[in-house]
Amino acid sequence: MATIAPVSNAVSVRPGLLEGLRRSLAIATKRNRRFWFSLSLLTLLIAFSLFGPYVFDKTDPKRLIGGLYDSPSAEAWLGTDNFGRDVFTQLMFGTRTSLTIGVIAGLIAILIGVVIGTTAGYHGGRIEESLMAFTNIVITIPSIVILILLSIALTTRSVVTMGLIIGVTSWPWTARAVRAQTSSLRTREHVDIARISGAGAASLILREILPYMLSYIVMAFVLQLSSGILQEAALAMLGLGPSNAISLGIMLHWALLWESVRTGAWWAFIPPTVLLTLIAFSLLLLQSSADEIFNPRLRRK
Amino acid sequence: MSKFQRYLVNKLLWFILAFCIALVLNFLLPRLIPGNPVDTIVAQMSAGGGVSGPALEKLYNSYIAEFGLDQPLWKQFLIYLGNLSRGDLGTSFAQSPARVQRLVSEALPWTIALMLPAILVGWIVGNTLGALAGYKGGWLDRIVFPTSLFVSSIPYYCLAIILLYLFAVEFDIAPTGGGYGYDKSPSLTIPFIIDVLRHYWLPFLAQATIFIGGQAVGMRAMSIYELDADYVRFARGLGVSDNRITAYIFRNAMLPQVTGLALSIGGLVSGGLISEIVFSYPGIGTLLFKAIRTSDYPVIQGITLVVMVGVLTANFIVDIAYGFIDPRIRAKASGES
Repeated sequence: MATIAPVSNAVSVRPGLLEGLRRSLAIATKRNRRFWFSLSLLTLLIAFSLFGPYVFDKTDPKRLIGGLYDSPSAEAWLGTDNFGRDVFTQLMFGTRTSLTIGVIAGLIAILIGVVIGTTAGYHGGRIEESLMAFTNIVITIPSIVILILLSIALTTRSVVTMGLIIGVTSWPWTARAVRAQTSSLRTREHVDIARISGAGAASLILREILPYMLSYIVMAFVLQLSSGILQEAALAMLGLGPSNAISLGIMLHWALLWESVRTGAWWAFIPPTVLLTLIAFSLLLLQSSADEIFNPRLRRK
Repeated sequence: MSKFQRYLVNKLLWFILAFCIALVLNFLLPRLIPGNPVDTIVAQMSAGGGVSGPALEKLYNSYIAEFGLDQPLWKQFLIYLGNLSRGDLGTSFAQSPARVQRLVSEALPWTIALMLPAILVGWIVGNTLGALAGYKGGWLDRIVFPTSLFVSSIPYYCLAIILLYLFAVEFDIAPTGGGYGYDKSPSLTIPFIIDVLRHYWLPFLAQATIFIGGQAVGMRAMSIYELDADYVRFARGLGVSDNRITAYIFRNAMLPQVTGLALSIGGLVSGGLISEIVFSYPGIGTLLFKAIRTSDYPVIQGITLVVMVGVLTANFIVDIAYGFIDPRIRAKASGES
């Protein structure tokens, strides 16, 4: 079982962050093509959203360049949307917004999840019971409902607020999993040794427990990132997206509202759909292949 | 009181607590809107030019009185609870004087008619495929596994949009949306039912496909895991017949799948929200879409309440059912551990 660590090297096996990463990547290079494929796809999508506007010299997503649903042309590669704005430009900025919201939501969810999970798992007893009871209640109440209620309460929503509210509603699964990991890690010898040497709870968690879950936390972040992006798109399609930016979900919202399907203007709704699918697919593939790299037991054969 | 009874009571208390928290959130969050929701909606109405002067004044006062917005917050909450206990969800802002409960109960059957069959069909087909792929392996697994993994990794509303584009625009064999034709009015006649079915199959297909993918991936993993379990090896060693072993495996692998089914049914309203908007299908999702566009807070709150009640009740039923079905919980609760 994973919980048994030999006393002699219990301290020396602590993975240095860079060393662990280097070793994992070395294994990944050799064996895991899915990992590299998903990582390249993701990098490509990020580059498209960050540098695309400058590379293609399309830096103003709000500029009107035509009429309602103009077909793709030499100037507007993917046609225009219902307001007459360039879909291709919107797509780059929309991807950027969606990714940003996802990253903010993911970071916040991980932060809350790790703090609650490690505190509960490390202390046990009453603290664990009450923290987990709280977590279970948050899990039962559907997050989409809380998000809808919070969004209508916030009459203007910035990109940061969107990320914030999505993060605040999506941490419970991470907290649960981190708690389970922490309570199995806290009985290890190296934790005991540090405790006897007089380390406090916070430093024990930070130095002796968290480094061992780092790979796990990174993967939880990837999952939270992906679900954050999809939650944002769902909210935006309902009409509750960020009020000061264009996201992929907002593009879909306008396309659905302005009858793009019925009028056959595929360029207004297919590109954002494809981008969302690619983002979700690459993140899922990244997560599952990274799982195989970090957990050798999952590797087949 | 036996330990098993205590387990049931414990679960019931949890259910009540979660329900109360849900109610408070549902009441409180929309009231965090800066200013007062009635101001917003009345301002919108007068901007639209529909109502003005004394009529507007009267409308304003009637809203304030109905929601008790001039009362302190705790009194508003009591009014809210009182209305709820009479099954009254308030008056719609945008479609006044329509009651929210009427709007919701008109849309809900459409949602249930779409989601329930899709969930059931998707569950049965998905689990059968997953179990077969898990047990048989070979070519079947090589087709079923990657396909379902791919399908389940597509966001469900994206799949809905892609299918809508393919079948309604590209192949032109399905209507582009709606629950029935614009020229028809709902009635129980053969032509109307045919028309409804013509609009029904595509949203149904989209929902069911997503379910098949997710269920197949889950069931395949469960079957493979159970096939490798110690009790299977032990039974093989004892010479227990293959059929009997399959029955054991089936019972164990089904447990989480049944939970999944119950939770999906409980969450069926929220599960279909976005797809309904994509297909402009006349269910709860489309009602919510309209309500959000018109800042119709009572309707939004009514819908969020329906979603929460569904999800919480399903969770509670699963907990109770587990107490009866799962021997491990029963053993723990009756004091063997």
